[in-house]
Amino acid sequence: MTTVADKPTTSTSEAAAPRLSRKAPIAMGIFALLAILLLIVFNRAGLSHIEFTPNQKGAVQIPLLNVAGGPTEIVIAILLALMAIGSGVLNWFQLRTRLWYIAIFAILIVTGFLVWASAGLSGQLNVTDLLTGAVAISTALIFGALGGVITEKVGVVNVAIEGQLLMGAFVSAVTATVTHSVVAGIIAAAVAGVLVSFVLGVFAIKYAVNQVIIGVVLNLLVAGLTTFLYQDVLLNSISALNSPPSLPRLPIPGISLIPVLGPLLFNQNIIVYLMYVAVVAVTIGLYRTRWGLRLRAVGEHPQAADTVGINVGRTRFWNVALAGVIVGVGGASFTLGGVGAFGANMTNGAGYIALAAVIFGGWDPIRATLAALLFGFTENLQSVLGTLQSPVPNDFLLMLPYVVTILAVAGFVGRVRGPAASGRPYVKS
Amino acid sequence: MSTELPSAVPVADTGTDLGPLALGNTEPDAPIPTSRFGAYLQDVMSSSIVLTILAVFASLVIGGVLIAATNADVQAASGYFFGRPADTLEAIWQSVSGAYAAIFRGGVYDFTSDNFASGIGSFLSSLNFATPLIAAGLGIAVGFRSGIFNIGGTGIILASAGVAGWVGFAFDLPAGIHMIIAVIAGLFAGAVWGFIVGFLKARTGAHEVIVTIMLNYVALYLLDYLLNSPVLRDPSSNAPISPSEKSTAIFFDLLGPRYPVNFGFILVILATVFCWWLLSRSSLGFKLRAVGENPRAARVAGIRINRMYVYVMVLSGILVGLAGVYQVLGKVTTGFERGIDAGIGFTAITVALLGRSKPGGVFAAGVLFGILQAGSYTMQAEQGVNVNFIAVIQAVIVLFLAAPPLVRAIFRLPTPGAKPRSRSKALAASKAAATATPTKMGAVAK
Repeated sequence: MTTVADKPTTSTSEAAAPRLSRKAPIAMGIFALLAILLLIVFNRAGLSHIEFTPNQKGAVQIPLLNVAGGPTEIVIAILLALMAIGSGVLNWFQLRTRLWYIAIFAILIVTGFLVWASAGLSGQLNVTDLLTGAVAISTALIFGALGGVITEKVGVVNVAIEGQLLMGAFVSAVTATVTHSVVAGIIAAAVAGVLVSFVLGVFAIKYAVNQVIIGVVLNLLVAGLTTFLYQDVLLNSISALNSPPSLPRLPIPGISLIPVLGPLLFNQNIIVYLMYVAVVAVTIGLYRTRWGLRLRAVGEHPQAADTVGINVGRTRFWNVALAGVIVGVGGASFTLGGVGAFGANMTNGAGYIALAAVIFGGWDPIRATLAALLFGFTENLQSVLGTLQSPVPNDFLLMLPYVVTILAVAGFVGRVRGPAASGRPYVKS
Repeated sequence: MSTELPSAVPVADTGTDLGPLALGNTEPDAPIPTSRFGAYLQDVMSSSIVLTILAVFASLVIGGVLIAATNADVQAASGYFFGRPADTLEAIWQSVSGAYAAIFRGGVYDFTSDNFASGIGSFLSSLNFATPLIAAGLGIAVGFRSGIFNIGGTGIILASAGVAGWVGFAFDLPAGIHMIIAVIAGLFAGAVWGFIVGFLKARTGAHEVIVTIMLNYVALYLLDYLLNSPVLRDPSSNAPISPSEKSTAIFFDLLGPRYPVNFGFILVILATVFCWWLLSRSSLGFKLRAVGENPRAARVAGIRINRMYVYVMVLSGILVGLAGVYQVLGKVTTGFERGIDAGIGFTAITVALLGRSKPGGVFAAGVLFGILQAGSYTMQAEQGVNVNFIAVIQAVIVLFLAAPPLVRAIFRLPTPGAKPRSRSKALAASKAAATATPTKMGAVAK
């Protein structure tokens, strides 16, 4: 079990690494092999109709793309194989495979898969709708992941993201209905998230209870409480308590008319815009401010932080509370940003996916956001392909985020290393 | 939540790693009683049993508040509270006592029935709910004792239920043999599911909490896929549900068809005894506990902790798998759906915590939660209080249990040991106690 020696050496390019990690080329090779298997061996012929601009008032219309499935799949598979080999060559010359290289590889995989899955189907695969839906699903995941990153960075394991999301969804629906104000709903969601955080903080920090236990129990508590109140109170007076107004879409003038990207990024509701702000703020805050430095110090080495006069317990408590604000707002996107009314257990494991995104994203806000987007994309992909009646089994697409995360923590994909003191209560001695 | 093992982290004495066992003894205060009688009294008042009872009591009080607050009669009466306060109090009493009486009648003994035979049926149906909770709770508890946090109960139950259920309906075998093979197949599936976790932890250092959470969903979607495929799906049904189990495979009733107590309960009793023997009488159990208490010390003592992690997870998988097997062969024998786990995987964690990870304690905790669950259906039918109320109670109980200082503060109980003037002194005292002698500090001081 001392095989954890490959700790920080290869994490920065400046470090004089004796040997570059071969994980990237190996992983790319595996994916390329899978792609060859899928795209060439199980090649699906037929036209694939890919649409970019749906029937809406876009300034620019991109014509419907009719791709011949069979040859395209073969070309993409060959490209993937070449890129995997390229990564291996880079590794041979001690050059790291850069993130953009992996991103292009991933986009190629997704494109190949989409062409494969939609080949020969009569329906049209609408890329804009596919991506917009992915953003809608990802919003809550991203909020959850950001909150998770903050709590874990400060040294508290947050399994309670699920509970915070669910509480935020419940409270925002009820508040928005009672006050007829979506803004009040969002604020109430943040407060709900903080309340769950307070319980987590008190038990994890003051009473030094095992943080995973508290997280799991909080999830059970919130699920039980919200379902109980939903069944016994909300269902009896749906119009008075559980019919919140939906958030309006706020197109940003001008740039919302850009094809694909416009409706995708700039014609969204306020929670999505808040999400952009949160991602930027958390990223800059964590790495460029005194707050972030202290937070990370407390999470990495609480004794050292304590020695230089940082109050470890207080820092942890208030940052856990802050994470509750972020995750709670994410919970509001389930109700106000989507269907409106609250439903029993409507988060349906999103908090656990967000936790997976935190880990898969290596405890970094940007990477965690990208991971959450990826997970949201696969989830939306399965529902889109389901309506197109594609031959892909939905369940395996739904399983994908979880399998990928297991592979990630097992070290097969990327390299994950959390904050050193995460999960350990700090008892001053 | 790093991928490294706790043992590999060079951070000393910042608290316990995964020590749910240490729930009750993480406080820095050292026991320094004042007199012999005082020591006895303090031992009693701060013992885990008293704390457990008080935690359950406090949770029931909180639950009572919840019931009263959501009760329509109470809300109506509180509208004119200042006019006639007695009405409100009356309504509160009616709603709360009605709900708890219904739980008692549905879970322990139905005192409205005219004879004992039908009255005790409530308790026996509670055992039906308790059986899988005990089995899964034992599996989680064994993990706790070895320092492994298995939140993958759901996944293991789904895997084992799927396999045992498949064997139970897909084969034609003689009675008895069919059941045994179905049980073994289901337990094997649980063992495999647990082995994945243990193997990954041992070989790659992947943290079991993450792996088990993720495997829950993998199992869920795998089962969902199979339930929608010809493998598990009942061809005569429109919904994704399996065919009924063959009568040769299901657990036979112990007390006749009138009571829902079957052979599965015997298996769970055997499992409890086995766990007790394993943990407190066997060499393997000693090693497991050593790994749980202090992995570094265990390794120095020559215990191969990687191997232990694999053993524990396989064992945990088998025990939790028994719950899955019970679900399809003992409880829902008319075909299973993707929700066959019935939340047992997570409730089992609270059962294990309430039982302090000891086999006997887990058994008792499982029976208590079984009573609550069986009673909750009566409560919902008669009092209109939703069954999810029980989930709240269960979670609050464990929250209270997790923080003994909180319970002591609520009930004004003495903290173990005379209250020192400052926290740092208490710590110094506890250090001294820890280094001086592992026995009772008070006895030495006298």
